[in-house]
Amino acid sequence: MLQTFLNFEIIKAAWPILLAGLGNTVMLSLVVVPLGLIGGLGLAMLASVRKPWVRWPLMAWVDFFRAFPPLVLLIFLFAGLPFAGLELGGFACVCIAFFLNTGAYYGEILRAGIDSVPTGQTEAARSTGLGRIQTMLFVVLPQAVRNVLPDLLSNTLEVIKLTSLGSVVAMPELLFQARQAQSLTYNPTPIVLAAAIYFLMLWPLVRLLSRLENRALAARG
Amino acid sequence: MSNWDRFLETFFNAKVMAKYLPDILHGMLVTIELAALVIVAGLVAGLALALLRSLGFRPVNLLIVFVVDLFRALPPLVIIVFIYFGLPAVQLSPSGFVSTWLSLTLVLMAFSEEIYWAGITSIAKGQWEAARSTGLSYGQTLINVVLPQALRLTIPPLTNRTIAITKGTALGTVVAVSEILGMASSAVSNSYNPSPLTMAAIAYLILFFPMVVFGRWLETRMAWKR
Repeated sequence: MLQTFLNFEIIKAAWPILLAGLGNTVMLSLVVVPLGLIGGLGLAMLASVRKPWVRWPLMAWVDFFRAFPPLVLLIFLFAGLPFAGLELGGFACVCIAFFLNTGAYYGEILRAGIDSVPTGQTEAARSTGLGRIQTMLFVVLPQAVRNVLPDLLSNTLEVIKLTSLGSVVAMPELLFQARQAQSLTYNPTPIVLAAAIYFLMLWPLVRLLSRLENRALAARG
Repeated sequence: MSNWDRFLETFFNAKVMAKYLPDILHGMLVTIELAALVIVAGLVAGLALALLRSLGFRPVNLLIVFVVDLFRALPPLVIIVFIYFGLPAVQLSPSGFVSTWLSLTLVLMAFSEEIYWAGITSIAKGQWEAARSTGLSYGQTLINVVLPQALRLTIPPLTNRTIAITKGTALGTVVAVSEILGMASSAVSNSYNPSPLTMAAIAYLILFFPMVVFGRWLETRMAWKR
């Protein structure tokens, strides 16, 4: 069993390949998380204009991309667009797909956060002479983010896990590298190792989240 | 031919669409079957774990928390790849369908256990004591006092999480499950036209858009009035 799933020789051989993959996963996460946050912030700011003709199309947009499996979006961009003469490459496709998909999730969370800040806060801030944008940036957003922090973190965890989809379009991230190492060595040890790396990397976040979530739910009850 | 015509010809090619419609419909059935099995097994397993945890055996609880953390931290695709490409090394060869089902079930089990558990612990002890002291029995207290409050808290996050995980059935493509995306991908390489992918996108929207809207409605419906 150990010979098969945790073979020491193979761990030694696969280590550099996996390490390169881990580096790429971290880099990819550092690109797509801010990208999604920017998209989400844009959506949430737009939705804070409390007019039905602004809100309804935005909600439809958000629900559209929440209903769409991210892998389908990614394959569509990667395998579909070249037929229209648009060859974007794996990295660009991952970026666009994540911008649309995780942007929608972050947008929904941030919108709920902004909604949770009483309008009196905005009115008070405006009456002290702050502009609309200043009010949003310095008064509303800090409170909104604090109110939905567990959801924001939880979504970030999902986004980091989702970077493993990059392997499908040949991005050399952790899972892809593990698959390569596995087919070179005919042994599943690299995949076990990759799983262990994902787990050790994300476990602290999971722990923190489970604490925050329990506290949030208990406070609501 | 204008650009618009070329666009339609490429992404909405009627001939290709008609030819591959049965494939996509078959893929939809597989997706629905897979999703239903994942939802039932995952939610039941999660509930079982949460109830087991409420018994309060420390070693068992530590194990449950570890398993839950493990499947919350691992990307579903990594679990699928491990089961499908890793287990054959020990003479176990689950099919792509079984690998995908098992992976997503474990993930949903972990997430739902966490939500059930939060629901159970969120009901203050005083609720139990007050209900019992008015003469309600244990069963009546559970059914009429505790569960309605706990369910109201857990149903919206549970629904949203279930939808998000069920969308993961598309990952089955990677291990050759003939669900919507898998069918569409092979149709694209056979027809050399991306219209099947357009159909796949529409099929996913037909299945999941109503669920997302339903989840949103539940969230507003079940929110406590502040």
